[in-house]
Amino acid sequence: MSTEAIASKAVGDRPETAAARSPAYESYLRSLRRRALSIQAWQVGLVVAFLILWEVAPRAGWINPMLTSYPSAVARTFMAMLRDGTLVLHTWVTLSETVGGFTGGMLLGLAIAVALWWSPYLYKVLDPFIVVLNAIPKIALVPIFYIWLGDVASIYAMAIAISVFVTVLMLYTGFQAIDPDKIKLARLFGGTRRQILYKIVLPGSVPTIISALKVNVGLALVGVVVGEFQAAKAGLGYLITYGSQIFQMNLVMTAIVVLAVISSLLFVIIQAVEATVLKRHGAPR
Amino acid sequence: MQPSTAIPAVAIRDVTLNYFTPERETLALSNVSLDVAKGEFVAIVGSSGCGKSTLLTMVSGLLMPSRGSIEVDGIAVTAPSPRVGYMFQKDTLLDWRTILDNVLIGAELLGLDMARARKRAEALLARYGLGEFMHSLPNQLSGGMRQRAALARTLCCEPDLLLLDEPFSALDYQTRLALSDEIAAILSAESKTVVLVTHDIGEAISMADRVIVMSRRPGRIKSEHKISFPSFGDKRPTPFEARKCSEFSVYFQTIWDELDLHEVH
Repeated sequence: MSTEAIASKAVGDRPETAAARSPAYESYLRSLRRRALSIQAWQVGLVVAFLILWEVAPRAGWINPMLTSYPSAVARTFMAMLRDGTLVLHTWVTLSETVGGFTGGMLLGLAIAVALWWSPYLYKVLDPFIVVLNAIPKIALVPIFYIWLGDVASIYAMAIAISVFVTVLMLYTGFQAIDPDKIKLARLFGGTRRQILYKIVLPGSVPTIISALKVNVGLALVGVVVGEFQAAKAGLGYLITYGSQIFQMNLVMTAIVVLAVISSLLFVIIQAVEATVLKRHGAPR
Repeated sequence: MQPSTAIPAVAIRDVTLNYFTPERETLALSNVSLDVAKGEFVAIVGSSGCGKSTLLTMVSGLLMPSRGSIEVDGIAVTAPSPRVGYMFQKDTLLDWRTILDNVLIGAELLGLDMARARKRAEALLARYGLGEFMHSLPNQLSGGMRQRAALARTLCCEPDLLLLDEPFSALDYQTRLALSDEIAAILSAESKTVVLVTHDIGEAISMADRVIVMSRRPGRIKSEHKISFPSFGDKRPTPFEARKCSEFSVYFQTIWDELDLHEVH
């Protein structure tokens, strides 16, 4: 392979060799790279500026350090908690509750959506209830769940409650949007309702299911943290309530930072899943 | 073509269909009777909403007439049968299945011998120039190729009767002409009985042995035309050749006048 060809591969997998590129095209590519770099520079700069302001403002006496703590103090707390293992413990508790609640909400939502698709009559009967249940602020149920279910189960219940109704509505709408001709096709080949579900409707709804996953990861995390505020003896939500009760802002901020990292990580994972699945799924280009 | 037996491939007798919505009752088809001989290619033309697709759906067994009867090979139609193949306006290929798996879906749903179906599917795809795309997903194929794959799916279960519901109308004009030539060749080689529903008069005349004209709602059979091209000689012209015959424009003018398309809307 010639050096030009290698260079062109490195830039953007263009079929043309470097020799074939016009100067105008070269400068276009340069301007694209410049733009991408400047955007990244702004993003990093904003984070750095925020951290500096957060460090300086309390020290200069512009705001009360009791209320905000400092990044350096948060970092010290973070490292100390990492060393003694408490941070891993609390993160693990929250993460496993989130994944558990999210899986539960997803499976329950899928089962209900399938049942509604299976029986349009059932859908007609239940439709107003689902809409109302979806509209209720689920956070209002936290104390009830705690009384009914105790400290552990109530957290999972919260995560499920907050994600299940959206899942049902999203998936059911997705099922309804399947091309009726594809269902007719299956019926013409003598397909039963079960076969239509497994061979047409469910595989055809994979993109919808993934959108629901994306929405639910965030919602389940909200449910878990709120559940932990009320009930838990461990977890990041517990750290936040505990830290604020004893006025330890370091602790609160640390927990919030970890929460931000967790939710970004979960989102990145789902996005990677989405990209691979949709590619294999033959999504229209 | 002479019918080989007395029993027609399709016998539609006095079929009437009305359907209900909360707003109104609609008479979609009224007293339609039509026989299609074995091996015959019949085209039904009519303006949109005349019930021609509905008639095809009833022949397929997915919809029952309100009155009257439909028989395929002398047997009353009550449910879809593997001996009847159906082609849609859109290719309705499943995006997540490879072309081969798409062609096999009929055999899969019908619970047929998969090894045998697979052999036949591979042979059909190779014959239609899709051999190297067997393991591709539909989104890697052009519109014409996708519709050929849909034809392979329909023919994979070896139906005797083919129902074509405007199978070319979603394609661009050039692809449509080329593909109707190809499909006409495939179907006449396999001597299938075909009922084609279309709003394209030219397509109907160039492909069919007989053209049925339907009136606007409630759909009735208005007239029928036996199509032949004496100027071409004894052999049947391909659809493309037929369009160049002198008879073509005569048929076109006659059917055009009968359709009253200029009054629509």
